[in-house]
Amino acid sequence: MTAERAIAQDIESEVRHAQEHDEAGNSKFGFIVFLLSESVIFISFFVGYAIFKTTPVGEWYPPGVTGIETKEPLFNTLILVSSSFVIYVAERYLHDYLEVKKNGKLWGFRLFMLLTMLMGGYFLYGQMVEWSGLPFTVQSGIFASMFYTLTGFHGLHVLTGIIMQTTMLRRSFVSGNYDNGYFGVEATSLFWHFVDVIWIVLYILIYVWQ
Amino acid sequence: MTNISISPDEITRGQPYPGAPDNWKRFFTFSTDHKVIGIQYIVTAFFFFLVGGAMAMVIRSELLTPEADLVDRTVYNALFTLHGSLMIFFWTFPVLVGLANYLVPLMIGARDMAFPRLNAISFWMIPVAATLMLASFLVPGGPAQSGWWSYPPQSIQNPTGNIINGQVLWILSVAINGVSSIMGGVNFVTTIFRMRAPGMTWFRMPAFCWAVLAAQLIQLYGLPALTGGAIMLLLDITIGTSFFRPENGGNPVVYQHFFWFYSHPAVYVMVLPVFGMFSEVLPVHARKPLFGYRVIAVSSVVITVISGCVWVHHMFASATPPWMRMFFMVTTMLVAVPSGIKVFGWVATIWGGKIRFTTPMLFALGGISNWVFAGITGIFLGSVPIDLHVHNTYFVVGHFHYVLYGTIVMGIYAGIYHWFPKMTGRMYYEGLGKLHFALTYIGVQAIFLPMHPLGLQGMPRRVASYDPEFIYWNVIASLGGFLLGVSVLPFILNIVSSWIRGPKAGNNPWRAYGLEWLTTSPPPVENFEEIPVVVSGPYGYGKNQPLVANQARLGTIEEPATS
Repeated sequence: MTAERAIAQDIESEVRHAQEHDEAGNSKFGFIVFLLSESVIFISFFVGYAIFKTTPVGEWYPPGVTGIETKEPLFNTLILVSSSFVIYVAERYLHDYLEVKKNGKLWGFRLFMLLTMLMGGYFLYGQMVEWSGLPFTVQSGIFASMFYTLTGFHGLHVLTGIIMQTTMLRRSFVSGNYDNGYFGVEATSLFWHFVDVIWIVLYILIYVWQ
Repeated sequence: MTNISISPDEITRGQPYPGAPDNWKRFFTFSTDHKVIGIQYIVTAFFFFLVGGAMAMVIRSELLTPEADLVDRTVYNALFTLHGSLMIFFWTFPVLVGLANYLVPLMIGARDMAFPRLNAISFWMIPVAATLMLASFLVPGGPAQSGWWSYPPQSIQNPTGNIINGQVLWILSVAINGVSSIMGGVNFVTTIFRMRAPGMTWFRMPAFCWAVLAAQLIQLYGLPALTGGAIMLLLDITIGTSFFRPENGGNPVVYQHFFWFYSHPAVYVMVLPVFGMFSEVLPVHARKPLFGYRVIAVSSVVITVISGCVWVHHMFASATPPWMRMFFMVTTMLVAVPSGIKVFGWVATIWGGKIRFTTPMLFALGGISNWVFAGITGIFLGSVPIDLHVHNTYFVVGHFHYVLYGTIVMGIYAGIYHWFPKMTGRMYYEGLGKLHFALTYIGVQAIFLPMHPLGLQGMPRRVASYDPEFIYWNVIASLGGFLLGVSVLPFILNIVSSWIRGPKAGNNPWRAYGLEWLTTSPPPVENFEEIPVVVSGPYGYGKNQPLVANQARLGTIEEPATS
């Protein structure tokens, strides 16, 4: 058997396999397990943050720094947290569209998904502005290391979320895309809620607990 | 890819795997079949087992004499670092994931894993990651030299000044391996939770699947913590953060917490599936139901939970406060309870059984005996005063090699011999298998037992040269090491030759219970003619009860020997 035939056979098998099992259910279950696992990385950073802060070896803040500005990040936080509701609305629009197709409110999904993307983008922009105005670099000691790593790592997740949203928005223009359900949108939405919850903890740790 | 139409009979279920086992080229292609991926994992892992083993041979040759006369000290450091890293990340994990990949869907009556493509990606990351680690021999400064634990501040020093150095490659390699393992964990947990055949309730699931589930849960909660630590380490080396730089407010001990929070439970990631295999092999070859099956199954999950609360026992000597030492001493010793329950169950299983001393049975019994010994020295190490005395000595090396080689490697051999007929449709040669067992068992005792007196006398680990007073036990250990090296040869000879032209095995050569034995050897593309409907537990030896409701359509399963 040639390699091509073998691969074709695998695909054939996968298709049948998908028919016998609730593949969407598996994907959702698997994705939640993945998110739980992913959250442990953040938890380890948070625990590290708490240990470094409570049992200092040297100075916590870099020289000349006594704290960190909280107002603009708070506005940023509100934007990000509200985007969680916006993506939920998008998901509901898609759900209704697929349940009662004749109403044809796919535009609702597209609009609110686009809005989520813009809000996520604004959050990243706000973070960029904040970073560029800070008087310390990543090498300025333990707080600086922790600050840039935590916000940067979270920012990477926001970026990933926006890429997922872009993909989902693009897919909504491909016809027949929802024949096998809309797990991709659900996953994007779950991921976005996850990113939001992480940010809330992060905000409390870095900005509130000073 | 070109569009190829497949004729219906080519993918008929129930037909032996097309082209197998003589079409070995199949194993070099991208495949989403869990059985192909399983064997890919196992064979790849054995390759790195041999590479890591060769490094161990150099290490033991160096330690034949007290002087550091064979290799340079930095080379020696690189060798023990890569030996440990390869054996943990690219031998034990992959080979066990391979066995689990092959067996779990068969054992729970599924057609494949929940996410076949993710499964394939998980596998193909392994050779990439391992190549990256081995490629570190080619960069200036050579490979990582700070042990498989990579403690800072040693590991964050960068004498060459290059961003691409051995330590960075080591971290990237471990990270890729970690991503692969997390994806594997998601896949296994989803498969076991959601893909079980009708009637396969939790307490009809084989102990091996319980053990795999427990082990993969550890991967999911532990590995991300190590990833967090590894990210910090990487940033410290590359962009000058100061997480683990005390001169800048950092704290290297925090890394130890991250590292051991995962890497102690990682031992159970490795040993739990092996326990599962013991639980599968013993009932078959003793013709008795697994004694205390439910307790054995649940004890795997209990170990998963307790193992998350023991990591500080690696840090008793790291300025750990006394209350913390006390707490972790108690939790460490608590692990002995579920482990002891398992051993008790195994002994009671073979008690009064019709024991067949086949190769898998011998390896299982040998592995259990080594586990008992390793468990006892583990209790020693778990108690703070003894640990402080033997910390960083060869006692520790002896203890964990009894776990890793004496128990885990021997358990893997037991599993491979046991399921070899299922995987290949052919039987291995029993004589060669027994020779392999004898050499391995004697080799394990000869190399690792002397390490205990060495450690008690105070010989430090990780050194290329030592005080001449330690020479006696070192020579014995080295000779044992070479014997252990030689012991792999009959295994490879046996597996390769019997895979090519061994006697045909039939579907169920051991007359075993369990869904995997209901299908052909090797199993067809989608495992079963039709999905089995399970009506009883997997250890019905001597009970004369049917295993599945639709047995007539699935194939025959011989009656158990005792009735």
